Amino acid sequence: MFASTSTLLDQEGARAAIIAVVSTLVFFGGAIALVVTSPNWPRVRDQFFNPDDFAAAAPNVVRGFWLNLELFGWSMLVIPFLALVVAVMRSLRGPAFLPIRLLAVAFTDIFRGIPLILLVLLLGFGVPALQIGFLPNGAQFWGLAALSLSYSAYTAEIYRSGIDAVPESQRSSARAVGLTQWQALRFAVLPQAIRNVVPALMNTVVSLQKDVALVSILGIREAVREAQIYTTRTFNYTSYLVAAALFLAISIPLTRFVDWYTARDRAQRSQSLV
Amino acid sequence: MADHNRDSEASPAKLELVDVHKSYGSRGVLNGMSLAVAEHEVVCLIGPSGCGKSTLLRCVDLLDPIDGGQILMDGVEISAPGVDSNAVRRRIGIVFQSFNLFPHLTVLDNVTLGPRRAHGVAKEEAEDRAMELLNRFGLGEKADAYPNRISGGQNQRAAIVRSLMGDPEILLLDEVTSALDPELVGEVLAVIRDLADRGLTMVLATHEMGFARDVADRVGFLHEGRVLEHGPPAQLFSSPTQPRTQQFLARVIEAGRL
Repeated sequence: MFASTSTLLDQEGARAAIIAVVSTLVFFGGAIALVVTSPNWPRVRDQFFNPDDFAAAAPNVVRGFWLNLELFGWSMLVIPFLALVVAVMRSLRGPAFLPIRLLAVAFTDIFRGIPLILLVLLLGFGVPALQIGFLPNGAQFWGLAALSLSYSAYTAEIYRSGIDAVPESQRSSARAVGLTQWQALRFAVLPQAIRNVVPALMNTVVSLQKDVALVSILGIREAVREAQIYTTRTFNYTSYLVAAALFLAISIPLTRFVDWYTARDRAQRSQSLV
Repeated sequence: MADHNRDSEASPAKLELVDVHKSYGSRGVLNGMSLAVAEHEVVCLIGPSGCGKSTLLRCVDLLDPIDGGQILMDGVEISAPGVDSNAVRRRIGIVFQSFNLFPHLTVLDNVTLGPRRAHGVAKEEAEDRAMELLNRFGLGEKADAYPNRISGGQNQRAAIVRSLMGDPEILLLDEVTSALDPELVGEVLAVIRDLADRGLTMVLATHEMGFARDVADRVGFLHEGRVLEHGPPAQLFSSPTQPRTQQFLARVIEAGRL
């Protein structure tokens, strides 16, 4: 009985696999055929998919991409910390903390409310123009600042949703064993809150990795800027494809990792007895 | 303190509530609650849902501020503004209906978190004390388990151990068996009985009438945020004087809970 069931399943499995392969080939084959047989394809191929231009543009674009990674790395150091500070400020209880809560609300409202590209322009061109002596003037610094402020505002809201999702009874319990409000937050609430939002945080990381490219409008010679320079010089767009490939090389593994982690986390949580 | 002489008949109550009022929004939950608990006394609070049992216990542990009246411990007001509520809370233990262990910590870490962070006890010392208590209540083997890997009864016993770590002078128990499967109730009640035998002052809100009759020195019937009547369990359960109490007990007996 079991043997026959499993043979049946095997047969069904094999059939399903064949159907999947055939339908995939037909779909993508058709799509490619449609593009390749289009009247203007030879021109487009030369402009966007030119192997010679790919090779010629690659060194500069890759060098620029290192700068993307560097900015990405720095913002990854700043954002989780700044966002946590803002989220905690917003979660403090009691009338005495009202000014701190208001400050946190203003921070998230402002930096989440302004389109990131505008924030990059405002900080990147605006602040250096003020010529305030003790502030750095580098475009990289202000590009990084714009990214960090905007993403910190989003990330703070993610943290806050995690904090709100921890039941009030957990805070009561922590207070009941003698912990202060701050200790209850630090040792009982935040560890649970952060665990709640790790998948959401990791999705933000994926999106941050790509948004670093926005600082190119400040003239910073990162990957997209380098690709643009190549295009302006040669009237060939293949360099953009180089940049796209580089971003994909980071974001696809990162996305798969997020999926894997989220699935594992869900499995672990559903195993509980109570 | 002069009139709270230990030799006098009115020895100082370990815990005393005087005309306590508490409302959530416009809903009055405690409406002039008065209650005195002597040292080593076990008081069970019974009454229908919403009568204020849980709120009373939360207010005593200063988890919710009261709107009027006084709460006193050893004759000293603990509900006054300016009192260090963290310090008061360290003298009182509370156990909740739904255990509320910290899910991200092992049983041992749950139990030692308070002493280590709030009382500044060294890790090793806190863990020695914790293992002693966990062993006493049959949880020694579960010390390294996470709360979601042990049963509800074990969770609740661990929560009781957690509340005992600071050597509380009073233990408050808020319907600690209500969230348990029936077959797990006994093991938790056994722990409470053990604590009562050791002379710990306790206030229990409970639906376990049989247990209340058995373990309590005194039972109080709460109705609409006040103690309507109180007395030794034998008297209150067999010959209640108030009609409300009679009604409530009749319903409980009908439901087979007494």
